[in-house]
Amino acid sequence: MMIFLVNLAQILLMILAAPMAVGIVKKMKARLQNRQGAGISQPYRDLSKLFGKELLLAENASWIFRAAPYIVFTSTVLAASVVPVIVVDSPFSWTADVIALAGFLAIGTFFTALAGMDVGTAFGGMGASREMTFAALAEPALLMSIFVLSVSAQSTNLSVMIHHILEAGLLLKPSIAFALIAMLMVSIVENGRIPVDNPGTHLEVTMIHEAMLLEYSGRHLALIEWATQIKLVLFATLIFDLFFPWGISGTVAVSALLIALGLWVFKLIVFFVLLVIMETGLAKMRLFEVPQFLSTAFFLALLGMFMHYILEVGAQ
Amino acid sequence: MSSELLQQIITMGAALMLLISFALLSQKRMLSLLHWFALQGIVLAAVTALVGYTSDNTELYISATITLMLKGVLLPWVLWKIIRQMHVHREVEPLVNIPMTMLIAAALVVFSYQVTLPIEHLSHLITRNTIAVAMANVLLGMLMMITRKKAITQVIGFLAIENSLFFAGVGATYGMPLVAELGVAFDVLIASVVFGLFFYHIRDTFESLDLNKMEK
Amino acid sequence: MALNLALGALAISLFAAATAVLLVGKDNVARFTVFGLLAVSAGLSIASGMVGLLTHASVALSLPVGLPWLPMHTRLDALGAFFLLTIGALLIAVSIYSIGYVREYTGRKGFASLGVFMGLFVAGMQGIVLADDAFTFMLFWELMSVSSYFFVTFEHEHEENRKAGYVYLIMAHVSGLLILGGFATLYASAGSFEFSSMRDATLSPFWSSVAFLLAAFGFGMKAGVVPMHVWLPEAHPVAPSNASALMSGIMIKVAIFGFIRVVWDLIGVDGFQWWWGTLILLAGSSSAVTGVLLALQQHDLKRLLAYHSVENIGIILIGLGLGMIFAYYGHPLLAALGLIAGLYHTINHALFKGLLFMGAGAVLHATGTRNMEEMGGLIHRMPMTAVVFLVACVSISALPPFNGFVSEWLTFQAALLAPQLEGSLIPMLIPFSAAMLALAGALAATCFVKVYGIVFLGQPRSPSAADAHEIDGWMKFGMAIPAVLCLLLGILPTLFIPLIDAVPQLLIHASLSSSVHAHGWLWLTPVSEARASYSAPIALFGMLVLGGLIYWLLHPRGQVVRRVHFWSCGNPHVNTRMQYTATSFAQPLRRIFSGIYQPVEHIEIDRSDHKLLTRSIHYEVHAQDMSWRFIYRPLLALSERVSVWVAKQHQRGVHAYLAYMFVTILVLLAFLL
Repeated sequence: MMIFLVNLAQILLMILAAPMAVGIVKKMKARLQNRQGAGISQPYRDLSKLFGKELLLAENASWIFRAAPYIVFTSTVLAASVVPVIVVDSPFSWTADVIALAGFLAIGTFFTALAGMDVGTAFGGMGASREMTFAALAEPALLMSIFVLSVSAQSTNLSVMIHHILEAGLLLKPSIAFALIAMLMVSIVENGRIPVDNPGTHLEVTMIHEAMLLEYSGRHLALIEWATQIKLVLFATLIFDLFFPWGISGTVAVSALLIALGLWVFKLIVFFVLLVIMETGLAKMRLFEVPQFLSTAFFLALLGMFMHYILEVGAQ
Repeated sequence: MSSELLQQIITMGAALMLLISFALLSQKRMLSLLHWFALQGIVLAAVTALVGYTSDNTELYISATITLMLKGVLLPWVLWKIIRQMHVHREVEPLVNIPMTMLIAAALVVFSYQVTLPIEHLSHLITRNTIAVAMANVLLGMLMMITRKKAITQVIGFLAIENSLFFAGVGATYGMPLVAELGVAFDVLIASVVFGLFFYHIRDTFESLDLNKMEK
Repeated sequence: MALNLALGALAISLFAAATAVLLVGKDNVARFTVFGLLAVSAGLSIASGMVGLLTHASVALSLPVGLPWLPMHTRLDALGAFFLLTIGALLIAVSIYSIGYVREYTGRKGFASLGVFMGLFVAGMQGIVLADDAFTFMLFWELMSVSSYFFVTFEHEHEENRKAGYVYLIMAHVSGLLILGGFATLYASAGSFEFSSMRDATLSPFWSSVAFLLAAFGFGMKAGVVPMHVWLPEAHPVAPSNASALMSGIMIKVAIFGFIRVVWDLIGVDGFQWWWGTLILLAGSSSAVTGVLLALQQHDLKRLLAYHSVENIGIILIGLGLGMIFAYYGHPLLAALGLIAGLYHTINHALFKGLLFMGAGAVLHATGTRNMEEMGGLIHRMPMTAVVFLVACVSISALPPFNGFVSEWLTFQAALLAPQLEGSLIPMLIPFSAAMLALAGALAATCFVKVYGIVFLGQPRSPSAADAHEIDGWMKFGMAIPAVLCLLLGILPTLFIPLIDAVPQLLIHASLSSSVHAHGWLWLTPVSEARASYSAPIALFGMLVLGGLIYWLLHPRGQVVRRVHFWSCGNPHVNTRMQYTATSFAQPLRRIFSGIYQPVEHIEIDRSDHKLLTRSIHYEVHAQDMSWRFIYRPLLALSERVSVWVAKQHQRGVHAYLAYMFVTILVLLAFLL
């Protein structure tokens, strides 16, 4: 019973902390660029303002356009509910494995793209086309890096994989390192961060994700923005779970949970610092360099696979 | 020093060597190609030194130093000089497009693993599993020589093969005798000087370093 | 009982064909009678399939018809029962749909021939799955192939249809010939055409490989495996939509059935060689990726769907290939997982592809065109079609909680078990093919965003799309059936897998039933709970509750949502021609995979007034199907050269003819030596 409550709590934690996390990223980025920047609670204020605003719908918007924000938000939350944040073996993590998790996220992408095409403006179609193209090319790389991890863990269930890594201890495994890099590259694409897409602007020729949302307003926009924020934290947490799960609690004892929470926040901050440095330091790449970026990720993961068989299995 | 650690160092080194071989194949610009090539030399030197440290073999320090100086610094610098002076086009011109090359390369890795399996079963050294990687690296170096247009990329491919052989030596037998290594190092140096001279002659004669033009 | 039901279904299908002949000219009566009878036949198929799968029984019966020395042998086992179920599930929907659909032809053209051949076609498919000897099998196989030829040429007024029909007929015959060769090889060692003696016969590894290759190529050609798929995108679009739903939905599945029957059943799992599964796996992966890549570049809606059939056959083959590899290496349980993944995708694809073709038929019916560039905004004019079509799109894009996801997920799970194999080459290949499956699945999602976005969303791109009308009740009802089944198969795999589990029990004596819902019916756990679990009911329930809750919380009651002109970054002068088109949607992929498509572009810019004033721009782009260029055209050229050479030999003088005779005599004499 207790574990159910903790599970619910960690889902809520992820949902509620997501805007704050994005606020921190923005603040850090601003400071790094010698700007003052908005406070870290700014995303909450943005969301609450959007929720309160009147909703405007385009004349020819269909029910897909109206349903999409709800579908995007719920599918993202569903995906988030599977990921262990502070406690491993959470009951919801049996609902779906990593592959199904990728499937849940794909629902969101699919419906965002459909909504982008609904009104019939050129921007929406362009965003949908690009988003779907890159999402499709990211898929093999994502799956290959998950494969590398799951062949040694013999599972795709997140809790089981975490246990496997915790038991194996800190090992310098090249296959895991390659999979990590591939996974990081994929999450940059999936979350539309620099150097692939720029989350900070609506009007740029190479825009991808934001172009699909141009017609949204009010609570619809709020839901989609929030879902995007959750997705960023979700991917970060997923990477921690798969590569650096140390500190996650195996029991529901309060002290262990608090330590796990503290470590999670710490890991997030480290992750965001790296993200901010990268986003500030790198220029956005040309649109058609993204496929090369993704194919590099795929080949890295593939190399990781080879490494696993050649260097790690062969050595035993 | 524990053999466990040695194992991990060599494994990691092998992984990096293979990664760099792939990176060499995927580069589009000459300068970044040279950077990766230099990195390969540095990784090689580091692995040599670490193996020397863990196996208490002082001779390996000397070869590590030579490797670092020669392959990590000198040769890349010389090649860069040549490119600058001879106004070679700064793009790598592939004959086979890069994604295709990468796929072939991946297939070659699988192939060399299959080929070296029997050798691995014979060997008792803990580093035997790096033989496959070294073999793959040699094949990838050859692939680079085959699929790139310019003479300079061929030299880099050749030197990458030499690096992989050196790595195989370090990984499989904890290094060759110092005399042999010095000899090889010297050979490579001489070879690069000869290459350099050749480039000047080729350019003087054909006004290009593109191999296709020489055939005409 | 089950076999009698199945034979009854077969008889009713034949009777339906006869009725169509009798009722020529009375189109309205015929419409209800013929398709009503087919629906009954479908119902009987489903019933017999269910009974067959539930009872696990193999019942055989030889009918007193056929050749004097070879009566027709029929048999209903789990494999046949599963495919009967698949046939019935789609056929019942298509029959009901057809009642509405063929009304278009009444008066204009009549549909007597369509009714006749549809009856024969269905009877052919039902006969194939029931056949228990090679003769009966081939008889019904040809019945299926030939009657479907008349679907392709149904609208024979158009030249492209006749051409497609010709290509189709050639491919069907070559594939029939190869299959016949496969049976001949088996006959040589069994000494009988009966399947029961073929099963018992043991073949030498060489001859079993020959039989395997002949069967793989023969059935592969009919199933549309790359590069033997070229007939498919020609034939399926031009057939009437209800017929193309059947062809794409179940006819190519019958080829999969034939493959399983010959390779898994007749040759038998014990006769597998290590490279068979690998070959099937590679064929599957390349079909999956090539099919979807080519589909993305089509703007003819039905042609696009036809290419997707190539993709999905590839996915089925990945499952089967994995099963074959595991079976060879002696892991029957894992082989059962691969086989079940393949079979699950078979029925899934039958349902959603049938639905998509019916939807395409509805759109064609409403707008009069198959060209996606002339559609748009149909969701407002065809709301019901839009809903069921969306269900099919989501299913084929492998998104949870629909059925396509379940079968692809099972395939991934099977692929993830690769490390349990000995050796290292195959465990290294399998992840690569799983990655190709992931790519294919994700590209399919891209493609169906394009299809749905261009056809149903946005604004009408032509007057015919603007004046489109919703379809009639029969068609709606016909399309609703597979839509509901797609959802049910998506959320209740734990109930359905034990049902198909009879097939691996029959073929490899392994069962997944115990592990599949070891953790309760809510969770699907293919191997063990610790490996992976997926619960579609919980996911769906979670989404509904959460979505409902948010809607209830956020929706301000009593307030009308204000509708305004769209924003479009502040540009008010946007007309329907400025929308993204199907061609532009696929442009990034066309560029990224230009090596595969080798697109041919043609641009004409009219600047007749002034060199700075552009009057009009004409842009044309064609993505090519490389198999034509690299396989079929050279093959054609070669055969032409050979025939020219042969023709020349015929026109030589008397001496040449004497020489031919002389050589013939010498050769014949040589046999005496």
